[in-house]
Amino acid sequence: MDLISAEKLENMTSMEKIRLILDKVKNGKIVVLENGLTPDEEVRLIEMTMTEIRVDEFSGIEIESYPSKKEGSFLDRIFGRAIKGRMTIIGPANQIRTIEKDKYQISTKVSVGD
Amino acid sequence: MGFISSLKESLGSWINRIFKKKRAKIGLYGPPNAGKTTLANRILHDWTDGESFGEVSPVPHETRRAMRKEGVVINANGSSIELDIVDTPGMATKIDFKEFMAFGLSEAESKKRAKEATEGVIEAIKWLDDLDGVLLVMDSTEDPYTQVNVTVIGNMEARRLPLLIVANKMDLPNASPARIKAAFPQHSMVQISALEGSNIDNLYQAIAAHFG
Repeated sequence: MDLISAEKLENMTSMEKIRLILDKVKNGKIVVLENGLTPDEEVRLIEMTMTEIRVDEFSGIEIESYPSKKEGSFLDRIFGRAIKGRMTIIGPANQIRTIEKDKYQISTKVSVGD
Repeated sequence: MGFISSLKESLGSWINRIFKKKRAKIGLYGPPNAGKTTLANRILHDWTDGESFGEVSPVPHETRRAMRKEGVVINANGSSIELDIVDTPGMATKIDFKEFMAFGLSEAESKKRAKEATEGVIEAIKWLDDLDGVLLVMDSTEDPYTQVNVTVIGNMEARRLPLLIVANKMDLPNASPARIKAAFPQHSMVQISALEGSNIDNLYQAIAAHFG
């Protein structure tokens, strides 16, 4: 399992982040992102995952993040600042399963050595 | 040339705003089997001459191509809105062909369906860039905290586009729209049964108010 700090992702482009995550997940790693991805990056990650699904090799990802707390503040809107992501867990679909999730907690079951 | 066409576009959008032209391109989004196509068919049934978007099925990912119907006029609460409706394939983060085999499809059929379903998800994502708003259809009997719901809502909030949550399948005994409302309290929600048409007039009023 890799826990990736916000600082590490801060200086990466969206594409670099997505590639980093997908490479790790395709190698069987569970990735925990301290600050998550932006909504646009999340959707691009799903898009790229779809292009890499292969029968009997890779069936996709399990990704879980909390719902956003609220819409961006007035100042965020004025300055066009993106809504920040929240802690996110991503793993191979055949190894990680979400048991329960709510606004404040994500419970997952991880199988090792499938 | 690019500058002139861009100027025309801006001017057109400005004029539309001033005269409040009520036309919107809205997408029906949600996880597989939430009832998006059933709802899309219900809207067409109610507001066109009996047209339909496509087949519905208990097997997930029945809709694997986005379908668009232009110029659907909805009248509600004394106002009217013209919609371009896009019924999108179910969004998912994983697609395993074995899931389809559990519904009785052959291995070859299942693999083909899985391949088409991945393309459908990509198509649904591409459509997000070209919409004025979204009807996010959720199955009221399921846990609303799916990543698809969280991601679609996050994207609409980031793009500052209107979103209306449709709590579908209210005809089922274990439906719990309150759970959806508690999960996403910042967004308007209408509870319906697209299959039976119950409470559908409230949805049309909300659509006119939200996207008009």
